[in-house]
Amino acid sequence: MICTARLSGLGKRYGAVEAVCDVSFSLPAGQSVALVGHNGAGKTTLIKLMLGLIRPSTGSVRVLGDDPAAGAFAARRRLGYLPENVSFDAALTGRETLTFYARLKREPLARALALLDRVGLGAAASRRVGTYSKGMRQRLGLAQALLGEPQVLLLDEPTTGLDPQLRQDFYDIIGELRDRGATVLLSSHALTELEDRVERVLIMNRGILVADGSIEELRRLARLPVRLRITSGNGAFPDRPPDWLGPVEGWRRLDNGRIAEIACTGEAKMALLRRITESGGRISDLNIIPPTLDELYAHFLRSQERPA
Amino acid sequence: MRNVLITAGREIRAGLRNRWVLATTLLLAALALTLSFLGSAPTGTVGVGALDVVVVSLSSLTIFLVPLIALLISHDAIVGEMERGTMLLLLSYPVARWQVLLGKFLGHLAILCVATALGYGAAAVALLLTGTAATAGSWAAFGAMTGSSALLGAVFIALGYLVSALVRDRGTAAGVAIGLWLLLVLIYDMALLGLLVLDQGQTITGSALDALLLLNPADVYRLFNLTGFANVSMFSGMAGLSASAALSPVLLLAVLLAWVLVPLAAAAAAFTRREL
Repeated sequence: MICTARLSGLGKRYGAVEAVCDVSFSLPAGQSVALVGHNGAGKTTLIKLMLGLIRPSTGSVRVLGDDPAAGAFAARRRLGYLPENVSFDAALTGRETLTFYARLKREPLARALALLDRVGLGAAASRRVGTYSKGMRQRLGLAQALLGEPQVLLLDEPTTGLDPQLRQDFYDIIGELRDRGATVLLSSHALTELEDRVERVLIMNRGILVADGSIEELRRLARLPVRLRITSGNGAFPDRPPDWLGPVEGWRRLDNGRIAEIACTGEAKMALLRRITESGGRISDLNIIPPTLDELYAHFLRSQERPA
Repeated sequence: MRNVLITAGREIRAGLRNRWVLATTLLLAALALTLSFLGSAPTGTVGVGALDVVVVSLSSLTIFLVPLIALLISHDAIVGEMERGTMLLLLSYPVARWQVLLGKFLGHLAILCVATALGYGAAAVALLLTGTAATAGSWAAFGAMTGSSALLGAVFIALGYLVSALVRDRGTAAGVAIGLWLLLVLIYDMALLGLLVLDQGQTITGSALDALLLLNPADVYRLFNLTGFANVSMFSGMAGLSASAALSPVLLLAVLLAWVLVPLAAAAAAFTRREL
């Protein structure tokens, strides 16, 4: 496994505030990773550390083999970055802006300008950036991040404030890059949007990395209850769980009692399902609702608040 | 070096687009033309010395205006880009901070040079067209004035960058820049004059006065233009001072250059140390 970025014991302190504290992880090539946390959890600080824009107080960071704060340019040419709330010089046109950044990365202009079409800005290329909408600025931001076929892409809240169509385009392009072997690190405060789009999730809270793993691994770790929704085959359910169902933990009636929701843990689930399917005509429909990513996220944030 | 030129190119393009170049050029040309024609009236006869009078009045104008324009375009250069968020993206590129600073400096300097050359050039062309007689020496003084005006602009661009690299927000940068302009262009000379009057020549010697004058780039510029050329110093009323001053034009130019390089290097150091 080739690692494109490696952080070990990384910490950053601003005066008395510990923005990032003892964070360690490494990112392999060809993986897309979500960095999730509240506003102020340390996501942007972590990305700035990986870019070398600020120097770590403790620990070390290596991106594409270089120390980013040392001022070497080799790694930066193969690195794409999209800041949160990206902004450009309003007086220049989209094409001039991208040309400027392409020159700094020594990227052939023809290839750079083709990116404008790829992000759907071809028609607006000769308009001033000052006249662009938020979505168009974000597209231009993505275009500059894609300059030079980056091996590492750091995207800070890339889809905040974008319409669903644009988000889809965004994730399509990011998917292509990942398939080509680039590491994509996306920061976000909404985990739900990222399901099926990232292979791994890093959850940050108050500068500490509280969870690291695939969504499935996090589900297993969290042991959150699955919810079963059963629809009655004959009339409403009673207020208390019926005896044939056996012992159940949560019991909640919905839709005037025609539907009942049961919460159950992973081990109890199969036995419960068996009893439901063997109940004959008493149940007409069954839905299994796995814990949502937001519940998962909330669980890991809570788990950190409790002293270990 | 290529990164420096790329950055300078962007700065010039943005300057053209923002009409900074146009506005500055028109302002300087308008004032230069006005002074060229109105300024020669007080001398009564329009004779051989007309161009020398223009040099005197134009360089007096330059001392006020060029530092102001230079500070206006430079005080925002670093702190402004940081506040707008464009600096964050730029510094994630393979470009060093000193390259960004130097590129901006060359870009802003080019804008100022074009404005000065076109503005004062317009005045020179107008004087030629109206048949003003002038000696080669007067033209040399005019050329030196135009060149040193650009150098004075460079000094204040560098000072503006230093302010911009040190302060936290744009408002503070603007305030400090205006304060700097007031101090160096207006207050310093008055304070010096007051000091000399109070002192009555007791303790401040000629060489101490020279040193005090060199501590202010605006005064260095004034000395260079008003005392450097004999025919000009006659009109400027500084013939006496120039006779007693031990400062050669070359030394004055060197001091002005130092006034560019030292603040620029300090700005680069402050910018490099700064965290985003």
